[in-house]
Formats: sequence, structure tokens, C-alpha cells
Amino acid sequence: MAPVAPRSGDAIFANIERVNAELFTLTYGAIVRQLLTDLEEVEEVNKQLDQMGYNIGIRLIDEFLAKSNVSRCVDFRETAEVIAKVGFKMFLGVTASVTNWDAEGTCCSIVLEDNPLVDFVELPDNCQGLYYCNILSGVIRGALDMVSMKAEVTWLRDALRGDDVFELQVKLLKQVPEEYPYKDDE
Amino acid sequence: MIGVGKIKQYGNVLDKPLAKGKQEVSLSAFAFLFSELVQYNQTQVDNIGELERRLEDAGYAVGARVLELLCHRDKGNRRETRLLGILSFVHSTVWKVLFGKVADSLEKGTEHEDEYMISEKELLVNKFISIPKDMGTFNCGAFVAGIVRGVLDGAGFPAVVTAHFVPMEGQQRPRTTILIKFAEEVLRREARLG
Repeated sequence: MAPVAPRSGDAIFANIERVNAELFTLTYGAIVRQLLTDLEEVEEVNKQLDQMGYNIGIRLIDEFLAKSNVSRCVDFRETAEVIAKVGFKMFLGVTASVTNWDAEGTCCSIVLEDNPLVDFVELPDNCQGLYYCNILSGVIRGALDMVSMKAEVTWLRDALRGDDVFELQVKLLKQVPEEYPYKDDE
Repeated sequence: MIGVGKIKQYGNVLDKPLAKGKQEVSLSAFAFLFSELVQYNQTQVDNIGELERRLEDAGYAVGARVLELLCHRDKGNRRETRLLGILSFVHSTVWKVLFGKVADSLEKGTEHEDEYMISEKELLVNKFISIPKDMGTFNCGAFVAGIVRGVLDGAGFPAVVTAHFVPMEGQQRPRTTILIKFAEEVLRREARLG
């Protein structure tokens, strides 16, 4: 089969099945509230949200690759751009921008101005330590993990905590060489 | 300056203008999230009944908010006060906003006066769900049943709401029926209002 050109985030989003963002937002809110009730400690909730995100990320990457026709990125810079421009658009219908590269090109920030997770949300005083959108960092970590990149994803800015935007720092820790599960000469 | 000021800062979430509700996310994003909700709750329970109850609770929280949101945005801060009015509000308005379509049918139960059924051939939350044999009659529609109960309860129509699979002739997949059984007080009030 001839190689197919990668598709833009907008083109994919326009052609897939979509649901009302409010259903998504409110369902996510219900999950966070359930976790807060069950786990009590805000720290534990952050951890659980990250884990849920990771679980999603490791499955979501398959759909992402299948629908986007994106082939192997030449470097981490391209990877970050693809996450921001294609990944976010394709699943959440919003685009993000990539900034603040370090000199080595292994650490950058993904900045989200629109975030469908946080409509109607305000953090009460007793939840100030909560990273409400922690599921997103888990998704990125999980998805990168499945394409052999170990990354650390942390929140630098959070609009729910009074910042002007959402900013995720994505730091590439190492690229794992691909190993085949079998030996050729057997 | 470029790219500055798209998110305006509001001191309070209530000062923010209400969006029109036209924004969308991909169905997969919702399906992934819903699947995590189900999987997480599976770790918190010992039996199917408890799992359904927890999904219903999560849905209830959504329903309560949907009622508030829609009454404010679409109905000028008014809400339905009659039984048929609120049922058609759920079947049409709520369904259309949440699931993009009016529900397939709204029927009155034939055996009991206080029972109504909303049926959907392919309920959005069940779209990618197949129930393992050992989980019997479990239906993830419990989440939607919770939403319906949340809306009804908030509007002053307390009810017991449950989700059931109903096999359909000539169809591979069963449809989901949301069974609404209103509390006695609701029917008494309806009778009084005439």
C-alpha cells in the first residue's frame, strides 16, 4: 500500500463521531467527585486520576495512530507538536501550543487555552492541592510510553488555581529502543 | 499581543457567561473516560448491584447539574411541574443535549400506573460495552438511569430509575430500557392537579 499523508487534527475531528462536550465535562466532574469521596486525600485523588489517564493513554495511542496516519516522528520536537496539534484536536476538539523548549530539545511545555474538562468547575478551599485535570497528564504519559518514550508530565500552570492558562511540562526521560519479542534465527 | 487574553479571568465561576453548549469532543474521548469510570468502580464493589448503584450515583450528580443548566439556558429559569411535561423534557430536551438525539421512545407501563419507560436502541454509554457472561444482567445504562433520576429528583419528581436490557426480535443487540417508577407522592399530586 502506498504511504498515506498524515491528516490534520481538524480534518480528523470533522470526520469522527462526536458527543456534546457538556456530557463529557459533567461525567468527568462526577468521577473526580467520586474519587474525592472515596479516597479523601487530595494527593491520592491526583494519583488515581493520573493512573486513569495512563490507562486511557495506552489504549488511545492505537486509535490515534490508526486515524491520523502519523508516521514515526523524527525527533521529540515533532512528537510534542503532533500531540498538541493533532492529538488534542482529535480527541478533545481543542488545540494546544508548544513552547518553552530547553536547549536539548527534550523538555517543553504544552499550553492549553481551552480545556473542556473544566467548564463549570471551581475548586473549593479544601481541594486546593488538587490537580483537577491530572487525567490529561496521565494520558500523555501513557500514550508516549506505548511508542517507546518514557516521559514525565507535570503541571506548571493551572487556570483553576488562578493562572491564566493550563500548562503541562513534558520532559522526555529516555527513549527505549524497540525490542522484538522473538529472535530472528530461531 | 498574540495569543493573549483568550481565557478571561473571572473571580467567580458564576460570573462567567454560560456557553451555548455547542462544543463537542470525540466520542472516543467520552468512551475512554466512561470505561475508566466503570473500571474504577468495579474495584470498589463486591457485587453487580453495588456496581450499578455506584454508577447510578455518578449519573445522579450529572443529572442534577443538567437540570439546572438546561432550565437556566433553554427555559428561562422555568421548569416543568407536570408529570408528562417533565417526562417529555427528559425524553426530548435532555436526551437531545446529552446524546444528540431524541430518545427512541417514551411509553407508559401497561401493568402499573406509576411506571414509564424510555427506550433506546443503542444507548450511547453501551455502544462499546459488551457484558461478560458472569456479570449477568448488569447494564452500564445504570449511569444514564442515574442521570434521569437526578433530573427528576431535582425537579421535584422523586422516582426509582433502573436500566434493563430488552432483547429485540431480529436484532443482535438488545435495546436498553430506562424504567422510571415514580414515588407515590408524585402521583397523588398529579391526581390533585387534575
